[in-house]
Amino acid sequence: MTKFLQTLMDGIAVGSLYALIALGYTMVYGILQFINFAHSDIFVLGAWISYTIAVALGYAAATTSPPAWESLLIILAAMATCGAVGFTIERLAYRPLRKAPRLNVLITAIGVSLFLQNVGQLKWFFGTQPQRMPAVLDDRILGSLAGVQIHSVDLIGAATALGLMVVLDWLIFRTRLGRAMRAVSHDIAVASLMGINVDAVISFTFVLGSSLAAAAGFLYAMKYPGLNQPAHATWVLLGLKAFVAAVIGGIGNIRGAMLGGILIGFIELFGAAYLSPHLRDIYVFSILILVLLVRPTGILGKPVAEKV
Amino acid sequence: MIKAAVPVLIGVALAVLVQLAAGPIIGPFAAKLLMDIGINVILAVSLNLVNGFTGQFSIGHAGFMAVGGYTAGCITYYGSFLLFGNTQVQPGWLSHGDLLFLGGCLAGAVVAAIAGIIVGLPSLRLRGDYLAIVTLGFGEILRVMLQRTGDVLGTADEVHKASVGTLATSLGGSLGFSGIPYYTDLFWIYTFVTITLVVALRLKFSSYGRAFLSVRENEIAAEAVGINTTRLKVRAFVLAAAFAGIAGGLFAHEVGTSLNPRELGFQKSFDIVIMVVLGGMGSVSGAVLAAIVLTLLPEALRSFSEFRMPIYALALILMMILRPQGILGLRELWELSWFPKRKTKPTEKAAA
Repeated sequence: MTKFLQTLMDGIAVGSLYALIALGYTMVYGILQFINFAHSDIFVLGAWISYTIAVALGYAAATTSPPAWESLLIILAAMATCGAVGFTIERLAYRPLRKAPRLNVLITAIGVSLFLQNVGQLKWFFGTQPQRMPAVLDDRILGSLAGVQIHSVDLIGAATALGLMVVLDWLIFRTRLGRAMRAVSHDIAVASLMGINVDAVISFTFVLGSSLAAAAGFLYAMKYPGLNQPAHATWVLLGLKAFVAAVIGGIGNIRGAMLGGILIGFIELFGAAYLSPHLRDIYVFSILILVLLVRPTGILGKPVAEKV
Repeated sequence: MIKAAVPVLIGVALAVLVQLAAGPIIGPFAAKLLMDIGINVILAVSLNLVNGFTGQFSIGHAGFMAVGGYTAGCITYYGSFLLFGNTQVQPGWLSHGDLLFLGGCLAGAVVAAIAGIIVGLPSLRLRGDYLAIVTLGFGEILRVMLQRTGDVLGTADEVHKASVGTLATSLGGSLGFSGIPYYTDLFWIYTFVTITLVVALRLKFSSYGRAFLSVRENEIAAEAVGINTTRLKVRAFVLAAAFAGIAGGLFAHEVGTSLNPRELGFQKSFDIVIMVVLGGMGSVSGAVLAAIVLTLLPEALRSFSEFRMPIYALALILMMILRPQGILGLRELWELSWFPKRKTKPTEKAAA
C-alpha cells in the first residue's frame, strides 16, 4: 500500500511536468499541424538556463534553503528566455514555411532540434559535462501519510505545474486572446479574414508553449538534479514522452494534453515500480502504439475528416 | 530479370576490381572511408525508398540497421565458434568464414524485413507525423531491449554448452557487441551497393515505382485510381528495412566499428535522414551524392568537429526554406540539363 501511494505521488509529480511540456506540443500541433520536435530541446534548455542562473546567483550544489523569491526569479527568467527562443525559432525557421508541405516543416523542426542540441553542447554554452543543479528549492520532508513521505519539491512542483495549467486553461477558454488562438487553430484562413492577426497569435502560442516547457525544465531539474548534456538521449527522450502524452490525450486538445501527461507519468512509474524499472521507456512507446491503433485521435480527440 | 542481372554483374566485377586494385593502393584509412561511404550509400538509398518515393516520414532507420547488424553479428560470431572453434577471420576469398558472413548479412536482412512488417503494418495506417514518432519509438524500444541483453560469451566451451536461446540473447547489453570478426571489405560493400542501386533505380523507373511516387504526391488521389496505398507503403518500408539490415550486417563486421545500442540510436537515424533530405527526396543519385559528401565532410572538417552538427542542422533548415525538394529533387544526376536549352526533356523518357 505504501509503495502504491508513493508511486501515485511520484506519478503525479512527474506526470504534471510531462503535461506542461505536452501543452506546448499540442498547442503548436493544434494550430500549425506539425510536431515541433524542437520543443523537447526547449525543455532541456529551460533546465540548463535555470542551472546557469542559479550558479550565477552564487548557489553551489551543496547549499540549501534559499529564500523563495530567488527560485521564483530563476523560473521566471528561464521562462522568459525560452519564450524568446521559441519566438525566434518560429520567426526564423517556421514562418517562412507556413505554406510549405508538412513534411518539410517536420524536417525543419528536426533541424532546429539538432541545432539547439549541438549548439548547447558547445563549450561557450553548456558544454558536454554533466552538471548538478543546485538545490534552489528547499527540499524537506513535509510529513508522511500512511508511510508515504511527502517531499516539498514534489509538492511545489506539482502545485506550480497545476497552477500554470489552470492559468493556461483560463487564458485559452476565457480570454479574447484565447478565443483568437482557438479560432486560428480551427481555420487559419478564416481566422485571418475575421481580423485576427494570425502571425501574432502563432508567435504568442510559441512563446507560451516554450515558457511552459522551461518551467517544466526547472521543476524537473529540481526533482532530478543531475543535468546531462543537451543532446543526451535520456533528456531528449523526456520531451518525446511528453509528445506521446499529447498524442494519447488527443493532439490539439489542451485538456487532453494535461490528462495524457498525468497518464504517462502513472504508466511509466507504475510500470517501473511493479514490472521492471529498466523497461520504463518501453511502456510509454508501447502505450503510444496501442492508443494509435485503437483510437488514433487520442482519448479526448475528435476524429478529423480527410479533405479530398 | 536479365536486364537487372547485367548491371549487377558489372557492379560485382567492379567491386572485385576495387577490392583487388584499389584496396592495396589507397591504404587502410582510405579503404575504411570508402567502406563507410558504401554503407551510408546503402542506408541513404534505402531510406529514400520510404521517405523519398512514398513520402512517408520514417526516422527509425538506424533501428533496422541495428536489427540486421545484431542478427548478422550474432550469426557470424557464434557461428564461427561452432564451425571453426574460434572467431579468427578465415583466410582466403569466399572462404567458409566469408560465406558465413554473407549468410549472416542475408539473415540480418530477413530479420530486419520482418521487423519492418511488425512496425510497418500497424503504423503505416497512420498519417505522416505519427509514423515518424512511431518509428522513433520503435528505435527506442529496440535500444532498451538491446541494452538488456546478456554479456557476449567469450569461449568456445561456453558457446558449445549454451542453448540457441541463450546465444540469441547474449548480445553484449549496454556495453555493445564486441569481438565480431572483420569480414567486411570493399568487395562485399560495393557488391551490395550495386544491388541496392539497381533495385532502387529499376524500381523508380518502373510502373510499380510510379505507384510509389503517386502515394507521395497525393495519397487520396492514388487510392482513387485503384492503388492500394497501404500495401505499397508497407512494401516500401519492408524493402528499405531489409537493405538497412544488410547495411547493419556490413557495419557490424567492419574494422574499427563497435556494435553498440547507443551508436545506432536516433542520432544515426537523423544522420541518414539528413542524407536523404539534402540529396533530394526521391533522387537515387542525390542520396548517393549526399552520402558521399556527408561521410567525407567530417574528415575534412576534423579541426572544427564541434561545429559539424550545428552546421548540418543549419544546412538542413536553410535547405528546407530555400530549396525544399533537396539538391536534386526528384531528378537524377544524368537528367539534369547541364547546359540549359530551350527544350527540356520530360522525365517520362527515362521510364520508357
